[in-house]
Order: sequence, then structure tokens, then C-alpha cells
Amino acid sequence: MTDSAMSTRAKVEKSMKKRRAAESRFRTYGLLSVLFGVLCLVVLFGNIFSKGFSAFSQTVLTTTIHLDTDYLGVTATSDPQELRNADYEGLIKQYLKDTYEPSGRRERRDLYGMVSVGAAWQLQDMVLENPSLLGQTIHINMTMDDDVDQWFKHDRGTANEALRFSEQQLVWLHDWVDSGALHGRFNTIFFTNGDSREPELAGIRGAITGTFLTLLVTFLLSFPIGVSAAIYLEEFAPKNRLTEIVEININNLAAVPSITFGLLGLAIFINIFGVSRSTPLVGGLVLTLMTLPTIIISGRAAIKAVPPSIREAALGLGASKMQVVFHHVLPLALPGMLTGTIIGMAQALGETAPLLMIGMIAFVVDVPGFINDPSTVLPVQIFLWSDSPERAFTERTSGAIMVLLGFLILMNTAAVMLRRRLERRW
Amino acid sequence: MSIIENHETVGTPFCSNPKLSARDVGVFYGDKQAIFDVSLDIGSNEVIALIGPSGCGKSTFLRSLNRMNDTIDICRVTGEILLDGENIYDPKVDVVPLRATVGMVFQKPNPFPKSIYDNISYGPRIHGLASSRVDLDEIVERSLQRAGLWTEVKDRLHSPGTGLSGGQQQRLCIARTIAVEPEVILMDEPCSALDPIATAKIEELIDELRENYTIAIVTHSMQQAARVSQRTAYFHLGQLIEVNNTDMVFTTPEHQLTEAYITGRFG
Ligand SMILES: Nc1ncnc2c1ncn2[C@@H]1O[C@H](COP(=O)(O)OP(=O)(O)OP(=O)(O)O)[C@@H](O)[C@H]1O
Ligand SMILES: [Mg+2]
Repeated sequence: MTDSAMSTRAKVEKSMKKRRAAESRFRTYGLLSVLFGVLCLVVLFGNIFSKGFSAFSQTVLTTTIHLDTDYLGVTATSDPQELRNADYEGLIKQYLKDTYEPSGRRERRDLYGMVSVGAAWQLQDMVLENPSLLGQTIHINMTMDDDVDQWFKHDRGTANEALRFSEQQLVWLHDWVDSGALHGRFNTIFFTNGDSREPELAGIRGAITGTFLTLLVTFLLSFPIGVSAAIYLEEFAPKNRLTEIVEININNLAAVPSITFGLLGLAIFINIFGVSRSTPLVGGLVLTLMTLPTIIISGRAAIKAVPPSIREAALGLGASKMQVVFHHVLPLALPGMLTGTIIGMAQALGETAPLLMIGMIAFVVDVPGFINDPSTVLPVQIFLWSDSPERAFTERTSGAIMVLLGFLILMNTAAVMLRRRLERRW
Repeated sequence: MSIIENHETVGTPFCSNPKLSARDVGVFYGDKQAIFDVSLDIGSNEVIALIGPSGCGKSTFLRSLNRMNDTIDICRVTGEILLDGENIYDPKVDVVPLRATVGMVFQKPNPFPKSIYDNISYGPRIHGLASSRVDLDEIVERSLQRAGLWTEVKDRLHSPGTGLSGGQQQRLCIARTIAVEPEVILMDEPCSALDPIATAKIEELIDELRENYTIAIVTHSMQQAARVSQRTAYFHLGQLIEVNNTDMVFTTPEHQLTEAYITGRFG
């Protein structure tokens, strides 16, 4: 070994210490930032879950109630219209009064107030479904008012309980709990109802349906338009000034604050074209504007990633430009395009601001049936509820966020799986 | 070194039965000229080797013969290239039938990420060369057989072509090209990614193909040029310096640049 080789080796040895230190430093930084990210996520999820979990249970009072045909004035043979109009609310009040014997108007009102107005609808539904119940004594899990619900879940036995309830009410409540009549059940209402002013009757079905319809419109418009635009720009457009400008503008569009698209939608779709506001149709149109750049950009990237050798091979065999694109480029680019589309749709799923501009913030009780029914969407529903003073709505806000996150995770998982599935090596 | 003023190609660039004839061909990439006034005939059923130092324009010239250069936006071709007497750069000419007639094999094997069968059948399918499934099967088998690949792949026609070895992939690409029954095959360094055994197989194949096709092959290996070609064209900085019978180019080159190249003084 020569001198110089020795010294090179010695130098390398000397520098190794520094290099190793740099490397371990870099790893530490990396690890720290990952940990920080995970921590934020844990705190966020922990917060939402701890608050939102209780939204999935609803406090009910299990009782037996006699469906008094004399009081209701209907029988099993009455026609549905009459059955519908019978005074179930009165029946429940009658039952409560007879059972708990409140003294005086005030106590009576307190007693009635603890049961949700939804209990009467429950009775109505049961009777409509099975009129032969009339005249019988039936079991029913009466939905309780949100105050009772919150007391049962959070305030029971704390100093807070006296703030919301009178002494007599507390006696009843504790009796119910002790006898096991008052208990929590899975909150199906949360998933089957539209919005409501009464928290215990408010659900996300309307918002989920609205979201679904809106995203459907968005997908049906943005996927074909986005993919065709990407193909045209990448494969057929002449490379000149004009296409350069188009390209720059598409990139700019991707960075435009989403609320701007809402304003645009308001000005164009609603004011000029007369699409009715707060519908999934106009929402989908606005979200299409927003999603298009994402799809076009990812689509072009996917097309660019197709190795030129594949194109040359096909061209060399005498394939026409169209054949090259549709037989070779698209199949290879499709996974990337789909991934981009799903990511764009996931963005659209969580979008709130532009939809506020086009009136999707309206209070809509009915579940939309079609794309031109008034509706709201999940994130806007969350926004609406988060603004409500009732504690029960706070809980439902977090519950709805959990559902939204669930959908997001589902979509992103689908994107990853799709990519794995369709990915081909070359 | 720079290009030679008023250069005339020495040797025998023309022949009596040309399949392809280039006349005063110039190729430009933007403002940069890569090929200068090249006139060359490629005879029917002959193998012509294009040799020369790296960057001298062999690939560029070869790609201008089936208008593969069209895919490069900045590329422009002047002069005429006649295929059976018709100018392929005529505005009326459609590149699709042209490329079906003048096929190309690339330097790096580039099978489609599809099955072996689909690789071979793609060309016949898009050109409507097979009337039935049986017909197509026959074309696939015949092409693979001619490319010397049939025995190796006949049991896995439906497994991906990308799963073959490099040499097999290149023979697959040759089979894919001949499945279209072109009249001319252009090969750009088809063996540069292959080991000597795979190379020998392909050279053998070229020799057999000569019976039915006209072949132009770019190669960096002078031994290969000597083994497979009848005529050799030597390019230098975009100019066609010398064209002669292959054994003559390698034994008694006429031009001093050719001599310098083949004796290894540069390249
Ligand atoms: N797409 C292109 N754009 C611009 N210039 C190019 C392009 N392709 C080739 N050239 C230039 O044209 C000249 C000839 O290139 P070409 O690829 O034909 O050389 P070659 O003889 O095939 O070289 P090699 O033996 O290394 O493959 C070179 O100077 C090269 O830089
Ligand atoms: Mg080359």
C-alpha cells in the first residue's frame, strides 16, 4: 500500500465520524417531525373521538303505554290518513300525567319537556306500520329530550344537574335510572334523519345524501372532462404559446382559494344560467371547477410517466396517434389518473367555503332525493351544528366529523388499493 | 474537427435496385443541423450497416427513413427519401402505412407491458392483417418462429413480454416487427444491450431475414457490421463519408476518415 493510499484511508476514517454524526442528526430530525405529525393526529382524533363518541348513543325511556282507541279516536280499520292525524302527543302526555302525577302546571310542563317530540312520531310510525297494535299495551323506547340525554351521559350526579333540572325532575330522572328504564341506545336517528332544530332528532342522512349526490355530479363531470383535457394537452395540443398559457392557468387554478369558485358559481351558474341554489347540482358544478385542475394535473403527470419507449414501439409498428394513446398510454396512465381523481374527490368531499356561497348552508330538513332538491353536505352540516349553542349539537358536530373522516379514509384507502391493483411494471 | 466543405460521398452510395433512396437529405433539430446532404441507396434484400462515431447522426438518419423523427417537435427534414420511387415526405403520404411498411427495432428492447401473444398480435390487429383468430394465432407462431423465439416461449404465450430476458425481449421486438410483414426493417443498435450469445442469435436472424426484407442496421460493433452486412456506410459529424462493400470498407477504406475510424484512431 502506498503512502497516499494510506492517507486517503486515514482521511476517510477521520471524516467518517462527522458523516455518521450528520446522518444520525438527520435521522433524529426526521423521526421528530414524523412524531410531531403523529402526535398532532392523535390529539386531533382523540379530541374528536372523545367528544363525538357519545353522539352515537341516544338516551331513551323504556315504558309500556296503552294505545287507547277511545283517546286516539281511531281503530285498526281506520284509513292511514286518520291514523296519521291521531293525537299521539296528547296520548303520551296523558300517559305521563297519569303515571307520574305532576302537581301543578309547572311540574306538568317540566315532565312533558323531558320527552322528545320525536316520541310521538315513534308512536305514529309504529301504529302506521302495524295498526293492529291499537288498543293494546305496547313497549316503547321513548326518545328523550337532549337535556335528559346530556344529563344521562355527562351530568348525572354532578353539581351541574341542579342548574338544568328542578328537584322534582331530578327525582324522576334518578328513579328512572335506578329502575333501569332510562338507558342509552344506539342512535339510529343520527343516521336516518335529516337536520332538525331538536338535537335529539337531528341526523346526518340528509347531509350524507347531499354529499353523495354532489360528489356524483362532480365525478360525472370532472372525470371525463379532466381526463380528456389531460390527454389533449399532453398528446395532441401543439406545443406553442397558447398551450403554455393554458398550462400556466391550469396550475394557477389549482391554487385559487376555493371560496372564489363559490363566487364564480354564484355569478355564473345561479345568476346567469338560473340553476337553483343550494342543490347538489350547483354544488357539483362548483366543485367540478375546483377539482378539474387537480385531475388534469395528475392526469398529465400520469401520461408523462408512461415511458416514451412504449409510444415509440407502437408508433414504429404503424399505430396511429389515437391508437397509441388509447391502446398503450391510457391503460398505463389510468391508475395515476384514478388516484388523482380520488384525491380530488376527497378534497371536494371536505370542501365547505364555496358551498356556503351557493346557499348550501340553508337549513334543510328533508333528505334530498335528486340532484335538484335543496340539500346540504356533510362539512356544511358540521359547520352549521358547530355554531349551535346546545351541547347535544356539539356532540353531534364531532360525530359528523367522525363520519366525514371515515369517508375520507375510505376514499384514500380506495385510491391506494386501486393504484396497487392496477399498477403494472415495465 | 468540423464538417468537410463540398464533400462528396466516396465509394458506391447508389445501387441498381434501390428499395429506399435518400437524396440530399438534411435533418435539423431546431437550428442545429444533424445530417448534411446525405444521398444513399438501400438496395432490395440487402443489409446495410451504418457506422460512425457517437453523435454522428446514425440514429437520426435511420429514424428519418420511416419518419419516426416526426415525433420530435423540433425536428425537420429536407431533401427527399424515396420508398419504391415515392417520396415519403410528400405531404400526401400518411405515416401509418409507411411505418407498417418500414418497421423499426429499437436499441433498448421495448415490449409492451402485455402478454407475449398480445405483443406480437398488436400490429396485425390494428392493421387488420388477420381475418380470424386462427389466422392471428398462425401469424404469432410464424413470427416467433422466424425470430427464433418460438420454442422458448410457446408454453407461456400469455405471460407478460416484460418478463423475458433482455435478449429474448429484443427477439420479441423483432418478431413483433416482422409480424406486420414490413418490407424494410430499420434496426438501431439492436444488440447493444445484449450478451454475446444473444447477439449471435440476432445476427443469425438478420442473416435469415435478408431473404425477404431490406435491412438497415446501426451498429457500434465493426465485427457485427462485417458479419451481417453487405454494404457499410460510414457517417462522420452528420456527413456520409463513404459507402462501400463491407469487406472493402474494413480492409481497404477509401477515405482517410473511414480508415481512421476503423483502425480505432477515434470513435
Ligand atoms: N431529440 C434531439 N434533439 C436535439 N438534438 C438531437 C436530438 N437527437 C439527437 N440530436 C443531436 O443530433 C446529433 C446526432 O444524434 P444521433 O442520435 O443521431 O447520433 P448517433 O450517431 O445515433 O449517436 P450514438 O452512436 O451515440 O447513438 C447529435 O449531435 C445529437 O446531439
Ligand atoms: Mg444512436
